[in-house]
Amino acid sequence: MNEPIPAAPYTSGYAPGDAPGAVPAARRIALVDLLDRLLAGGVVLVGNLTLSIADVDLVRVDLRALISSVSGDIG
Amino acid sequence: MSATDPMTTAPLRYVYAITRDGAGPLPGGLRGVDDGPLTAVARDGLAAVVSPVADRDFAEEPLRARLEDLAWLERTARAHQRVVDGLTGADGGVLPLRLATVCRDEAGVLRLLAVNHDRFAAALDRLDGRAEWGVKVYADPADAAPAAVPAARPASGRDYLRQRGRQRQAEGAARQAAEEAVRSVHDTLARAAEGTRLHPPQAARLSGEPGQNLLNGAYLVRREDSRAFCALAGELAGRLTGLRLSLTGPWAPYSFAATAGAAEEAGSR
Repeated sequence: MNEPIPAAPYTSGYAPGDAPGAVPAARRIALVDLLDRLLAGGVVLVGNLTLSIADVDLVRVDLRALISSVSGDIG
Repeated sequence: MSATDPMTTAPLRYVYAITRDGAGPLPGGLRGVDDGPLTAVARDGLAAVVSPVADRDFAEEPLRARLEDLAWLERTARAHQRVVDGLTGADGGVLPLRLATVCRDEAGVLRLLAVNHDRFAAALDRLDGRAEWGVKVYADPADAAPAAVPAARPASGRDYLRQRGRQRQAEGAARQAAEEAVRSVHDTLARAAEGTRLHPPQAARLSGEPGQNLLNGAYLVRREDSRAFCALAGELAGRLTGLRLSLTGPWAPYSFAATAGAAEEAGSR
């Protein structure tokens, strides 16, 4: 429980020993890793209960936004 | 909250995750998107963790525009992740929802729980006590060009073609060796995992990581096996030549949250 996971080059959203609710501010994860999961993972709910966002749209939008950020012309 | 509540008259409900009802109080101090207060909306043994969000951002039309704004997207994604991470460890598991799952009101959240009750419960059973680990393997750009000893100046066209042929052969062999090494890494990790999912390789210009991304895998691992899984990944990393391995996690099991019913519903689109 208290041993650290193997050291760098590993990155971690939060450490296994963290208490539930610990805010993992110090270990910042790459946005692209986060979006792999938040835009292509997670339970998808589509229907009239929720405002529906098609995953295809999200992925396309996401990539366009990221690309324009890298090329520096987001605005 | 101040008297001038930033929410407009009709706040929507952003849903982060599903847990078992009675999984314990929400972590104190944890806030949602735009610093919104979290509440658990419970029904029939399940709870949806939600916070109010402004319809000027999250109604369908503005949301499409907002998603094009990278700073906004990042802020929202990090807030979503923070909440899901904060819930990790809740008794009975945490089922993360996709980014920007938004209901019109609390009644919508309750109906969402009712309609999806069985598949949510089944997914929580399947994922309780599991974590997701991400493993990426990159070609080391320093090794990409196989130590090109500048070949002797070709004496003839035939010489030139022979040199080119040898070079292509060496490149092909190197690529094949890299592919085999990557497959072996994935197979070894897969044997230590309950489930795997391959994400598309990340483009270097998006990740900022040097070298071509050859593997972008997600592995579902029992929490008590996580340390052994990390050690295994470290061991594999140490054995690679010309390739670089990175490990991220533990994540909530985002890549494994898709439920059986999802395909049917999505099929109606």
